[in-house]
Amino acid sequence: MNFELPQFGLAAAEIFLLTMTCVVLIVDLFVHDDERTVTYWLSLLSIAGAAAITAFSVGTHDAVGFSGMFVNDGMAHALKLFSYVMTAVALVYSRQYLRDRLLARGEYYVLALFALLGIMVMASAHHMLSVYLGLELLSLSLYALVAFDRDSPVASEAAMKYFVLGSIASGTLLYGISIFYGATGTLDLGALTSALAAEGPDARTNVALMLGLAFILVGVTFKLGAVPFHMWVPDVYHGAPTSVTLLIGTVSKIGAFALIARVLAEGMQELQPTWRDMIAVLAALSLVVGIVVAIAQTNLKRMLAYSAISHVGFILLGFLTLGPAGIEASMYYVMAYCIMASGAFGMIILLGRQGYEADEIASFSGLNQRSPWYALIMLMLMFSMTGVPPFIGFIAKLSVIRSALAAGFTGLALLAVLMSVVAAFFYLRVVKTMYFDEPQDHTPITAGRSMRLVLGVNGLAVLVLGIFPSSLIDLCRRALGL
Amino acid sequence: MNSFPLLSVLIFLPIVGGAIVLALGTERPTAAKWTALVTTVITFVASLSLVTGFDRSTAAMQFAETAPWISAFEIYYRLGVDGLSMPLILLTTFIALFVVIAGWEVIKVAVSQYMAAFMIMEGLMIGVFSALDAMLFYVFWEAMLIPMFIIIGVWGGPRRVYATLKFFLYTFLGSVVMLAALIYLYVQTGSFNLLDFHVTPLTMNEQLYIFIAFLLAFAVKVPMWPVHTWLPDAHVEAPTGGSVVLAAIMLKMGGYGFVRLSLPITPDASRTLDWLLIGLSLVAVVYIGLVALAQKDMKKLIAYSSIAHMGYVTLGFFLPMALLSQGNTSASALAVEGGMVQMISHGLISGALFLCIGVLYDRMHSREIASYGGVANTMPIFAALMVFFALSNAGLPGTSGFVGEFMVILASFQANFWYAFLSALTLIFGAAYTLWLVKRVLYGEVANDNVAALTDVNRREMFMLAVLALSVLVLGVWPAPLFDVMHASVEQLLEHISLSKL
Repeated sequence: MNFELPQFGLAAAEIFLLTMTCVVLIVDLFVHDDERTVTYWLSLLSIAGAAAITAFSVGTHDAVGFSGMFVNDGMAHALKLFSYVMTAVALVYSRQYLRDRLLARGEYYVLALFALLGIMVMASAHHMLSVYLGLELLSLSLYALVAFDRDSPVASEAAMKYFVLGSIASGTLLYGISIFYGATGTLDLGALTSALAAEGPDARTNVALMLGLAFILVGVTFKLGAVPFHMWVPDVYHGAPTSVTLLIGTVSKIGAFALIARVLAEGMQELQPTWRDMIAVLAALSLVVGIVVAIAQTNLKRMLAYSAISHVGFILLGFLTLGPAGIEASMYYVMAYCIMASGAFGMIILLGRQGYEADEIASFSGLNQRSPWYALIMLMLMFSMTGVPPFIGFIAKLSVIRSALAAGFTGLALLAVLMSVVAAFFYLRVVKTMYFDEPQDHTPITAGRSMRLVLGVNGLAVLVLGIFPSSLIDLCRRALGL
Repeated sequence: MNSFPLLSVLIFLPIVGGAIVLALGTERPTAAKWTALVTTVITFVASLSLVTGFDRSTAAMQFAETAPWISAFEIYYRLGVDGLSMPLILLTTFIALFVVIAGWEVIKVAVSQYMAAFMIMEGLMIGVFSALDAMLFYVFWEAMLIPMFIIIGVWGGPRRVYATLKFFLYTFLGSVVMLAALIYLYVQTGSFNLLDFHVTPLTMNEQLYIFIAFLLAFAVKVPMWPVHTWLPDAHVEAPTGGSVVLAAIMLKMGGYGFVRLSLPITPDASRTLDWLLIGLSLVAVVYIGLVALAQKDMKKLIAYSSIAHMGYVTLGFFLPMALLSQGNTSASALAVEGGMVQMISHGLISGALFLCIGVLYDRMHSREIASYGGVANTMPIFAALMVFFALSNAGLPGTSGFVGEFMVILASFQANFWYAFLSALTLIFGAAYTLWLVKRVLYGEVANDNVAALTDVNRREMFMLAVLALSVLVLGVWPAPLFDVMHASVEQLLEHISLSKL
């Protein structure tokens, strides 16, 4: 038995980020500034550094390392780069929120960076265990973040729910993984693919595999928040501090996508006909439940939570098509959704201030009279989420519906488009509140320059990427070698 | 062919102008108004070169532009016009002028947003009429709803929120089903080119489903009975400019959709279901005509009259299905061209009528017919113009309202006597409801002090109404240039739909 030193270069970005996170943790001990300016900039710098390393390695051919645990391919690069951007945006939005609520503590940044690291590990996972490691790193950081405002009873309750339910889901996933290990004798995703391929169509009638698949699917879709495993979503979105909701709503969705793409779409390609039907059911349920229940919400964070559930339904539609084309459609949707959701939560943070949360739909009333520019941004975000062109949400819907139609799920595609009409109702209600109602609150909107700038860019991105969608689509396609 | 991207200019000039007006902010209304006026005038003048440069002898797409847009889905930025779409673009740029002028003194709140919304909408509407790529068409088609939603909701009447939500949801429902059909066609053909869709063979079942999907989108837009109920609400609550655009242009998109998509893509389904469309059109003509008679609100009356008149358009477009099976191509051409003329003419007349009501509303702040009476005594010039538009709405020979209706009735005689009988009833109903409206509002004794205090039209209003009256008259007396433009395209359309795609 000889010991081979792993190719550390493959995981350079992860190693760098891990080191930097520890540095941030230690440096923060010596920062006595209430606003944690140093910690904030150091965190952004760490992300930028990791981004530079990843960007530098783009274009190198796919390589598997660490004894088959870790892979650096196009999808990993694309997902990581996108997560850096979204995390950085989330940190910019968070800063003012934390400062206003006296929550600015170094742990926030450290936990956010650890969550990012978890996503990176998942994006590069080539082994069930690395998938699980990444997932737990992400989840544990998020549990802690939800409870970050420790004096808030709602936040503690949300964190408790998230933790208990999340642990059950992790357990389920782990159980499914162990069944697969029992049936195929491997946890390596590459070896698993070949083992399943060797069994051929027989694999689909193998009871043990089917049982394992069901458990894995439950675990995976729980993390994504698909119906009927969505119960945690509204409470966590609502209870968590808005800046944490922002992280859960955007960055963690990329992680959940990486999970499903790596485990199901890549590792279990052979079983696609089986899990595809399960996914179709989950997608249909998520669309209907998410959208119908969202109508009844008056709290914007809860509404966005249910809307997130329905968007998960759309994301799942992409996986109906076999192979990279399907992953590409979903990946594009996830990215589009993250851009829209971060804008929407950014708006909630923007309108809030010390002692006031702008998380009711009514807090947006008359926004057009208070600030036409921010009203326009929110209008674009809402129409984009509805799926009205020329915004990015439309192109995203187009790509997943095409995937569903190409896979022969005509009924499901029809359901999806019809549900987007129902969804229009509650998105339009926000627009209605902003444009047609009189303002209740005349406090001037104050925000730091970086927040205003990033939010403006975020809003315009929804429009510009909708009119010129090719850049992001091509990024996804190149990532999957299409 | 010139290589100057005229259509792109027509689309993006108003949109960019709108963005500039929006950026001016709500603090500078005068600058916003002038920018809007200058932009719409330039757009209109530019659109005239569509007429001068148009080759009347061919049915091919002219002023064509092609550029890759979303290469991953084979979506192209593909524009072009033929005889069916060119007149509608001209109508759009023409009507947009009046919308800006109509809002000049009337709109007091957030003027820049009002003007910007209309300008962006103008560009998008021109886009709908010139798009030759299914996705580009859909993008323009849907994007247009956003400014309209805001226009009705912000500057509308008391029940504006209800009306605008209903408007948006209704039209959105229709169009998402069309979206599914368009993507299905893409999956089948591997292209989003509308002209490829025209020639791709489809089974009868596919055609039926696609036809119904298109029907949902276009029937809501036209609107056809029984999915018309959003229109009276939207019209009544919309500000004058909004009503004008709705009636004059947006409704035409439904009709345009039928000739650009439904008929050529699913000719066999259209043939099988022609009875349905003809039946619904006749219901619109007869039943909605009667409904119009019962209205107490002027705007609602004109809204219902619009539905009845649009019934002629759809009747004209689907009569050929019945006529072609008898081998009657000349009557088919008559029907389709009649429908097209009716679209243009209705655009002018209904726009003018809504402007007339706007003139009254600005002075009295009431749309109830009962609040008026004897307006002709205090506003003689206005009364003369409004009577003229009312008569052309009723189809008086010599006005444009007559041409289209007469052609469609003539064609329907050759298809079936009862079609002709029922559609000709509108000449009676149409005359009844418009003339009765005129009698109650304009004539008789001065009804109350408010009417007695009215002042006649000012120069701005006079200008708008007179120009429209002139165009209605010219189109009525000498419609030949319009036919010239359409003829080749209509011929080609008929030839295309007479062939089965099965």
